[in-house]
Amino acid sequence: MNWQLLPQFAVTGLLLGGPLALNALGIVLIFKATYIFNFAQGQMLLLGALITWWFALELGAPLWLAIILAVVLSAILGLLIERLALRPMTGQPLLSIILMTLGLSQVLQGIALLVFGSVQRNFPQIFSVADPYKITTPFVFNGNNITIILKQNLVWSFVIAILCVLIISLFFRFTKTGLTMRGTSEDHELAQSMGININRVFGISWALAGVVATVAGVLLATSSGLDMSLSVVVLSAFPVVLLGGLDSIPGTIVGGLIIGLSTGIVSASKIQVIRDMTEIMPYLLLLVVLLIRPEGLFGQKRIERI
Amino acid sequence: MAILRPAGDFDTTYAHDMATIRQPWQWVLLFAFILALYTLPFYASQSVVSLVNRIGITIIAVQGLSILTGYTGQISLGQAAFMTAGGYISALLVSELNWSFFLALPAAAIGAGVIGLIFGLPSLRVKGFYLAMSTLAAQFIIPWFTRNAFPEVLNGAQGLNVPVPVLFGLEFNSPQRYIYITLTVLIISTIAAYNITRSRMGRAFVAIRDHDLAAELLGVNLFKYKLLAFFLASVFAGAAGSLAAHNIRHLNSETFNLIDSVIFLGMLIIGGLGSNLGPIFGSIVVELLTEGATLLGPFFITLFPSTASGAVQALRPLFFGFTLMMFLIFEPRGLAHRWQIVKAAWRLRPFSH
Repeated sequence: MNWQLLPQFAVTGLLLGGPLALNALGIVLIFKATYIFNFAQGQMLLLGALITWWFALELGAPLWLAIILAVVLSAILGLLIERLALRPMTGQPLLSIILMTLGLSQVLQGIALLVFGSVQRNFPQIFSVADPYKITTPFVFNGNNITIILKQNLVWSFVIAILCVLIISLFFRFTKTGLTMRGTSEDHELAQSMGININRVFGISWALAGVVATVAGVLLATSSGLDMSLSVVVLSAFPVVLLGGLDSIPGTIVGGLIIGLSTGIVSASKIQVIRDMTEIMPYLLLLVVLLIRPEGLFGQKRIERI
Repeated sequence: MAILRPAGDFDTTYAHDMATIRQPWQWVLLFAFILALYTLPFYASQSVVSLVNRIGITIIAVQGLSILTGYTGQISLGQAAFMTAGGYISALLVSELNWSFFLALPAAAIGAGVIGLIFGLPSLRVKGFYLAMSTLAAQFIIPWFTRNAFPEVLNGAQGLNVPVPVLFGLEFNSPQRYIYITLTVLIISTIAAYNITRSRMGRAFVAIRDHDLAAELLGVNLFKYKLLAFFLASVFAGAAGSLAAHNIRHLNSETFNLIDSVIFLGMLIIGGLGSNLGPIFGSIVVELLTEGATLLGPFFITLFPSTASGAVQALRPLFFGFTLMMFLIFEPRGLAHRWQIVKAAWRLRPFSH
């Protein structure tokens, strides 16, 4: 273990956990309401970022307006996806539904490639790159206090991501729509018999997921540039979702922080082999979670009956 | 769908009852078809031959996935990872240990099968969506292993140059020659897949697919059969990976990737789950679609000039995803089911019900 670098990498890892949590939130929102795991979340994120880019740089709209327009468009996209692709799949077996979202991800990827092309784009910088925050920690190494350098975009992405998760959980906790959504996640038929329009709930969930995807897409694009590989980022959010629990909104924060932190710690190792493991660390954790506690930390355990 | 047989076609012996090919003319057709495939290099262009080559290799991989997902109901997003494993094993056996390709191929199949067993272990504890996730982990861990472990042998992200298979001095170095290997392995794998699915093993698989707890209560050993399904699926994948690696003669961790695993599942759905014709139909249709996307590319360049170079890459996922979604909505039982309907309609003509 490289003790000098450890605090820096651990904190960076934690901060990267924020956007991870936001990606996981999009997946959890849909799963909670519809029991559908959305493999197309990455492509929704990519499209959200691309639409923002298009409004901001091609049409020259101010960035805040571009983001708002993109958020509205991606909410509509979410509604359309739910209505056209997933509604016909009600009552179909799991494999069909998984493949539907996988097929959807291919279609969205194809559309993004066809309309926008595969070139690397400069996304407008939202946060200043120049002067990162510096924190002097009480840990001493070789007689010097260790200083942690925090890039502004990482910090603010983290803050915005966590805020989004909090807002969504407050929405679920305190609004009437949130209540119907929680009711729907308990049992579809029961919810329907209590007078909840579950199709409306499904639509809202997909629209919210689209909004979350766009916010995450903008945050990621502004710190790491915008190209087609942006959609791959969501793959590393799958372990977060499973670790936190598929239907738990607070679980996404905890899962995101744990995955981010462990990735950060592994990348601070002095041993080459362990450092190489950084990129698959989320998936190793995923296997551990699946073997020990498949329902995740905060997920609801479902008992199966014959 | 009931099995419809033409009038006068009675079963006189048990063997005849079990037979797949029931009429002499069916044998004639089958052998004519196989002969037509084997003589393909003599009358078809090189691009057609290499397309058939690719389709054949894909069919083998999808047949394995069909046993695991179509018959046993265990969703796997890791089929391409097991192809990677098979490809690497066979390439290393041939180039490092100087094995003959024809020994390395079965060895690669078995080796990939053993790796598949390891990643199948979670299936004993989790199922459905969670299992899909653990096979997804295989899809990341196996390519990572080939990139980072033993760089002096596996050559890191660069990958390996795979030698040409040689049999008695004959080098299989062009698609026209390689197609004989592909077709032979394809015939063996088709017979194997067909007989696996209609044996005791296949019935146990179907019982697990329909309800695994109920199957266990009926005396099906879940532990054994789930792992067996993973093993068999990976054996097919290993064979396909070995074939593909020696065909394109280069292999790295990205040769078979997550998208391929998704496409294999899509082929299975488009072809039809739980059917032996499904993998064949599905692979052919999707590969032809991909080919069509390549042909249509130039036309789309005129439509979207800004994305000229990306049009072909864009059309492939677009065509595939759209076809998959249409099949899921309108014909979730796939082309094999449609084929059954056509056959039944023909048998029942002129009374279609």
